[in-house]
Amino acid sequence: MIIGLIEHDRGKLNDLSLQMLTLGRRLADQSGVPLHAVLIGEVARPLANGLGAYGVSVAHLALHERLDDYAPEAWAQCVVELMGAVTPEAVLAAGTDRSHEVMAHVAARTDLPLATNCTEVRPGDPYELTRQRWGGSLLEEAQLTGAVKLLTVAPHAIAAEEASAPVALGVKEYSPQLSDSDFRVRVTGRVEAAHNKISLADARVVVGGGRGVGSAEGFKELEELADLLGGAVGCSRVVTSLGWRPHADQVGQTGTRIAPDVYIACGVSGAIQHMVGCKGAKCLVAINKDPEAPMVAEADYAIIGDLHQIVPALCAAIRNAR
Amino acid sequence: MDILVCVKRVPATGGKITLTPNQREIDTSYASFTVSPHEECAVEEALRQVAAHGGSTTVLTLGPEVASEQLRDMMAMGIERAILLQTDGQEWDASQTARAIVEAIDAQRAAGRTFDLLLFGNEAADTGDYQVGIRVAHALGWPCVTGIKALEVRGDSVTARREAAGGWEIFEFPLPAVISVKEGINLPRYPTVPGRLKAKRAPIEVIEPRSDGNALQMVRLKLPEDKGHKGEILGHGPEAAPRLVEVLQRLGVITS
Repeated sequence: MIIGLIEHDRGKLNDLSLQMLTLGRRLADQSGVPLHAVLIGEVARPLANGLGAYGVSVAHLALHERLDDYAPEAWAQCVVELMGAVTPEAVLAAGTDRSHEVMAHVAARTDLPLATNCTEVRPGDPYELTRQRWGGSLLEEAQLTGAVKLLTVAPHAIAAEEASAPVALGVKEYSPQLSDSDFRVRVTGRVEAAHNKISLADARVVVGGGRGVGSAEGFKELEELADLLGGAVGCSRVVTSLGWRPHADQVGQTGTRIAPDVYIACGVSGAIQHMVGCKGAKCLVAINKDPEAPMVAEADYAIIGDLHQIVPALCAAIRNAR
Repeated sequence: MDILVCVKRVPATGGKITLTPNQREIDTSYASFTVSPHEECAVEEALRQVAAHGGSTTVLTLGPEVASEQLRDMMAMGIERAILLQTDGQEWDASQTARAIVEAIDAQRAAGRTFDLLLFGNEAADTGDYQVGIRVAHALGWPCVTGIKALEVRGDSVTARREAAGGWEIFEFPLPAVISVKEGINLPRYPTVPGRLKAKRAPIEVIEPRSDGNALQMVRLKLPEDKGHKGEILGHGPEAAPRLVEVLQRLGVITS
């Protein structure tokens, strides 16, 4: 069988797990084996209901009194125990920080290789796969060996799709043997973010600024535009390095991945590290004085010229249009 | 507190990646090299923690002889000691790299040099494996957290924060520990000129780790397919603004 680790936070599903299950189901179909899932903690039990639609025939539910919140090593041990009990062909997880953490612990505990951020997987021995490097700017074709193949699925590489016919799902409970040391690292507290600001990751419109904005003050115009459009302000890495904006505003490989309806990139040249952070945008607009900038080449629409003239003109034109 | 920071030499890619004819490497004929951005922040964090609490800083990398450039860059920022796990330049996968780092740490311990904290970047900029730090932690039997963007050390215990949907998760655990950090935890300093001069002459401890082959075998690299789309230039200068407004209306971003 193939097992998918369902990522959740205190019972709230991470939707990227459904993309992972979609790839897992195709892989299971090609290998002619069933697709199972592993859910961690009683708090995850309700999530089992939705898994049959994605082709999961058995959801293994790990139960332990201390699994009410996230603890990376305990989660990993739940997966390792299940691997020992049911000897799957492969274990898959989503390509998120949390799932990467759990799967890396699984890999370390079992001394197996782990292939992260895969976009395509062809079964066999070894597995032949394609995975992302450089945040997706480059792809690697690789061969994955190991008694159990461990891999994560790159976010948004494939769309989540339900199976053509839903599968009757059974829930199998199990009680992993977890020690105190499995809980030495666990979430011991949380700070909720202020809700008065639209988050960059969720914004429908993002107005981004790069070196071309010229100064911290220069971002005022971009903030005005973002406010008018009900969006958030983002920036390139050079802007955070120069101290013009906080790192939380950074779009890119080492910042936030955005997926807005529109991304308006002002004075952003378009380094590959930035482009992987904004490739999820449905529409890309570039405002740049350099017609040869990579961002202009990648954009769906571009205006060439000085952003400090164009952005205020755009704000005025938007007000007129209302 | 004695801190070891692990970094990786990677090409400073900018506008475009080109591959070598055998498609196994990035063509770096005209590239400069750097360390992964998260790791630069790990180095900065080590310097700040030692400035606050006292102790020592060591930087380690696994790579070819020229990777000593990156070790010297880190020493120019203020790191005191450097260890190069010298390879022939072939890529080592995450399991092998972790094993070599653990062996180096064991050898340091045998020589009387121990560490309280190991800092890694969350993932290497190039291979993006997300696992070397955790593998090292597992082998040492130490706790490990990844993706950390705030770190506070009090005596023998650490409080670390990472960004999660809608806020921050807080972790508390004892030292010794392994922590992988993310860019944003701090703003790395620039090397000083005296720092550069000092780093130029500083000794680097060179160790040749044993290789036992990669478990994850790279076959070849390829560039993602070019969408081949051509964008539309709406115009030049502020006069083009109304045309963009039309586009935004069509997309439903502006509703009149």
